[in-house]
Amino acid sequence: MSALRLDVTGAVEHPEPLDRAALAARVARDVPDHAYVNLGIGQPTTVADHLDPRAGVVLHTENGMLGMGRAAREDEVDPDLINAGKVPVVEPPGASYFHHADSFAMMRGGHLDVCVLGAFQVSAAGDLANWHTGAPDAIPAVGGAMDLAIGAKQVFVMMSLLTKDGTPKIVPSLTYPATGLGCVDRVFTDLGVFAIDHERQTVVLLEAYGASAADLAERLGG
Amino acid sequence: MGRTTFHTDPVEALAGVADGDTVLVGGFGMAGMPVRLVDALIETGATDLTIVSNNAGNGETGLAALLKARRVAKVICSFPRQADSYVFDGLYRAGEIELEVVPQGNLAERMRAAGAGIGAFYSPTGVGTLLAEGKEQRTIDGRDYVLEMPIRGDWALVAAQAADPMGNLVYRKTARNFGPVMATAAATTVVEVRETVELGAMDPEAVVTPGIYVDRVVTA
Repeated sequence: MSALRLDVTGAVEHPEPLDRAALAARVARDVPDHAYVNLGIGQPTTVADHLDPRAGVVLHTENGMLGMGRAAREDEVDPDLINAGKVPVVEPPGASYFHHADSFAMMRGGHLDVCVLGAFQVSAAGDLANWHTGAPDAIPAVGGAMDLAIGAKQVFVMMSLLTKDGTPKIVPSLTYPATGLGCVDRVFTDLGVFAIDHERQTVVLLEAYGASAADLAERLGG
Repeated sequence: MGRTTFHTDPVEALAGVADGDTVLVGGFGMAGMPVRLVDALIETGATDLTIVSNNAGNGETGLAALLKARRVAKVICSFPRQADSYVFDGLYRAGEIELEVVPQGNLAERMRAAGAGIGAFYSPTGVGTLLAEGKEQRTIDGRDYVLEMPIRGDWALVAAQAADPMGNLVYRKTARNFGPVMATAAATTVVEVRETVELGAMDPEAVVTPGIYVDRVVTA
């Protein structure tokens, strides 16, 4: 496999890695004020906890709601009011509902500013793999992942930089089946924040956390 | 009044369902799932069905019960695999059910196209992935698209909040999901509602599904 095209020259180094909450807060910091945002199922959902209510960010859930509220407390649960992860949520003032075709038209039509997704792998070209491991016994299930990947104006990925066995998840080219091609703009990880330079098909390290830029370049094989 | 008929018995409301039919089933998880109609579909005894729904059933009720009763030949859905989708998982692994996985937005739009008389459409979703293999591709203004065909149902089974005597429907919160799209895309649309309201009691500005799409209503 060829080396990863990686540029670490402008990276700012921080002493500590980002824990899960700090990572969510770091992603939240890059969400523009008043943006329409879709947060993917799982870890990306936690970004909501770090958005300043005064920033006026409007959350979209693909099962047909804009202005989605926080998770419902026990006494607030309404089976008709859930998010994409099928978790009960609340309806703040200003929310709206729409059907599934409208919800995905909103996405595919480029009306959402940001979506935040988890990933198995991201390539230097910004290709995303997050729906299927490709294992022969795996039952394929895609949900809205492919629509989200190509729909939002900016796609943020939020993940650990390395797998449990230390293999980088930012790769020269995908080995898992693709979710979307050239769609990722920014990758937020525990050890570094990266931008994808689509013109140069290069991963640009913006910030390193708990490791030097040189360390990360070494680990990523760049 | 329009042509919409009203029924108290969901099995009666499904009169005419035949072996081999394609049935669109609303709902996202349990929100908007037409539970009574799915149970009635099992009671009809119809088999060799193609089911189009976002998921492939949970636990052993509803769609999972239909699958378990071996009435389904094929599932078209976006997300079959869930924590408790073991009935589907078992049938799939045993090679006893066919699966077509469709990205959720393409699934909705393919039904919308069927209901709107669109022959096919080019979607950017799925380009360059396994789910685009074998499909016609085209570049339009520098962007790549995949040709997606409509999905038409013989039946749509939908849950809504309320119907009026014209068959006009309103939904409730995120239980709306696939309902309004599926209602347009089937030869016969059957809707279970929680309440029926008198003529004039539904705000025409608030109607989500106009009665023209609604053939039969099952009342609470």
